[in-house]
Amino acid sequence: MQLAFTEQQQAFRKEIREWLAANVPAEPLKTFDTEEGFQQHREWEATLNEGRWGMVTWPEELGGRGCDLIEWLIFEEEYYRAGAPLRVNQNGIFLLGPTLMEYGTDEQKARFLPAMAEGRDIWAQGWSEPNAGSDMAAIRSTARLEGDKYIINGQKTWSTRAVWADWLFGMFRTDPDSQRHRGLTFILVPLNSPGITIRPIPQLDGLPGFAEIFFDNVEVDVSNRLGDEGAGWAVAMATAGFERGLMLRSPARFQETARRLVELYRENEATASADPAIREAVIRAWMDAEAYCLSTYQTACRLSQGGKIGAESSTNKIFWSELDQAMHATAMSILGARAELLPHAPAAQGVGRWLDGWLFSQSGPIYAGTNEIQRNIIAERMLGMPR
Amino acid sequence: MDFTFSEDQLLFQETVRSFLVNEITPERLRAGWDTDTGRDAALWQQLAEMGLTGLTVPEEHDGLGMSALDFVLLAQECGYVALPEPLVNSVLVAVPALVDLGGELAAEWLPKVAAGEARVVAGLEQNLVVEDAHVADLLLLERSGQWFALTPDQFSAERNESIDPGRRLFSVTVTGNAEPVLSGEAGDRLRLASLNRGALGCAAQALGLAQRMIDLSVQYTSERQQFGKPIGSFQAVKHHMANVAVRLEYARAPVARAAYAMDEDAAGASLAVAQAKLAACEAANLAAKNSIQVHGAMGYTWEVDLHIFMKKAWALANTWGDAGYHKQQVASVIFAEGAALGAGSTFR
Ligand SMILES: Cc1cc2nc3c(=O)[nH]c(=O)nc-3n(C[C@H](O)[C@H](O)[C@H](O)COP(=O)(O)OP(=O)(O)OC[C@H]3O[C@@H](n4cnc5c(N)ncnc54)[C@H](O)[C@@H]3O)c2cc1C
Repeated sequence: MQLAFTEQQQAFRKEIREWLAANVPAEPLKTFDTEEGFQQHREWEATLNEGRWGMVTWPEELGGRGCDLIEWLIFEEEYYRAGAPLRVNQNGIFLLGPTLMEYGTDEQKARFLPAMAEGRDIWAQGWSEPNAGSDMAAIRSTARLEGDKYIINGQKTWSTRAVWADWLFGMFRTDPDSQRHRGLTFILVPLNSPGITIRPIPQLDGLPGFAEIFFDNVEVDVSNRLGDEGAGWAVAMATAGFERGLMLRSPARFQETARRLVELYRENEATASADPAIREAVIRAWMDAEAYCLSTYQTACRLSQGGKIGAESSTNKIFWSELDQAMHATAMSILGARAELLPHAPAAQGVGRWLDGWLFSQSGPIYAGTNEIQRNIIAERMLGMPR
Repeated sequence: MDFTFSEDQLLFQETVRSFLVNEITPERLRAGWDTDTGRDAALWQQLAEMGLTGLTVPEEHDGLGMSALDFVLLAQECGYVALPEPLVNSVLVAVPALVDLGGELAAEWLPKVAAGEARVVAGLEQNLVVEDAHVADLLLLERSGQWFALTPDQFSAERNESIDPGRRLFSVTVTGNAEPVLSGEAGDRLRLASLNRGALGCAAQALGLAQRMIDLSVQYTSERQQFGKPIGSFQAVKHHMANVAVRLEYARAPVARAAYAMDEDAAGASLAVAQAKLAACEAANLAAKNSIQVHGAMGYTWEVDLHIFMKKAWALANTWGDAGYHKQQVASVIFAEGAALGAGSTFR
């Protein structure tokens, strides 16, 4: 055990820190749940890519730096520290990208990865359907092979950033007689295809952060299939694997929230200290964010030494999502009567972006496999309890 | 950056684990409750032969010269079986204190500890009572930052019964004139270091205890049937145990890091230990609470083994610094003016 960074790792930290200091926009971008903000974030992805900072874990020939997981964690720490914009293409670069590298043909890699890296193609995910939420194997949308085309019909829903995204990846039933996990196929669909209707769905904040997508005889070339026909479930599980989870919600994000929470408490100590539970919650938030960081480093080190990830990784989602909710709940308590005010309200002083964060933290225990589903997995696969 | 235990450390853990699980059965623990000392000289000798009593004794005093980090996984296994022998206290607290005190005292006692011929016990004022004073051949007693090295003729020990029948706790009175062997700033430094080491020992054992309670509960709920199926197939029961697994999983790395800090980062040790102890004891307390629940009335009995581990977990949570003390350690760091917090501040 050696809990210190190597010189090389320190140099890497310095390099990204300096680049971010010179390049992160001084004025925060508008939220990517608006058309203008989406465009701004798309441009930011291009800027990152020009500096070769877009996907540091990707191989060099694809514009990455071939970083290992530790360097990835360092990158994230600097990225969140610098308050750099959220990643509008996270579905693409963190989830689909690695899956393409594993399952894609050379032709597919060449076709999709550079455009994804440059922010030209922003990706949305299409798993959920009205009757397939937690029970994803209940997917009904169909893709019927006709010649060299799939004809897609059906409906996807809750598709994040699909309102302005360019492409969708998702699962469709290619074998109409199949049940459950079998007969599903992973297909990449251009969202400007004829026959697609996108209906924005306003989220808790009123902005169209996700969308319903209707497919009416949409034709997609068979070369857009990722992996074999009928192998969609296995490909999708790879997309949802632990390392991807690590990419999506690295500890830095929560450590920065915890830092801001300590700051908020100190700024408001005169009123907040009237409720000792608040101080307790701040201490706990900081500790849990640290624990998340420590555990993640430990796992990353184990993996980079050839270790295998086990069922214990399903504890991850519950831990960070409940931490995020608890931290924001604490911030709301500290803000007191100001907590409900939108940031531009005249009486809203020092409310920062806590309200937005509070809203979003409500979704953490739902998306990416609800926490109840995670608990089932932990009990059955990690602890071996009876089904 | 390497946050993994070495092959050797993991192998040692395996060896000690299988020894302890075979030897320290619940039946043996129960038998020990009714004996005079509650401690087992033959077992202590076996632990010595495995090198455990001398693990942190320097090589020049016939020990293995290992560190807290080398021991932390073993302490976890001691927790898993609720080992009553004062091994964790000896290895993590008393021996390092003796090493710190040095001189003739260390030269005389350390080889005996390594050989299993003597037991050295450390007792801090903050702990109210002294664990295992009745079997101490040498008691290192701290009072107001002053340290005394006492042989059995120099103190009297009055038993305090604990709810955990495996624990033997004593109010110690110094009889006659004993001169402190260390005081002043050095004495206070040793007091704090000892408190941290003791707390680390509690944290590591709490991880083992939590795991044991999970294992017992999974086994019980897989066998016990109600409504025609194993109760472990009910989601409410599953989720009780999953919640424990989550807390336990995220307490492991903080404990490893605290052990590392103990050896490598004295300045950060109090904070790291506080985080570790709070997280691990919370996991163990939750394990106790949820385990008794999924056992139903069985969990409320003396007969079922669960209470052995539950009671030890309860005890450890409030000794070697209670939760209030350790939270204060965290608070004093994070609420300090100019504290370096946030992303990238964890490894300094
Ligand atoms: C912010 C956000 C972004 C999202 N983005 C996307 C996206 O980009 N693409 C996409 O495809 N989907 C997306 N989703 C959808 C998400 O994947 C689903 O919401 C999730 O899988 C749960 O499905 P559901 O909403 O239908 O809830 P349901 O499955 O109806 O669940 C409702 C409640 O019942 C519980 N429940 C259900 N089954 C069980 C069970 N077996 N045991 C115990 N409890 C159970 C759930 O835990 C939950 O509490 C997003 C969701 C949110 C909130």
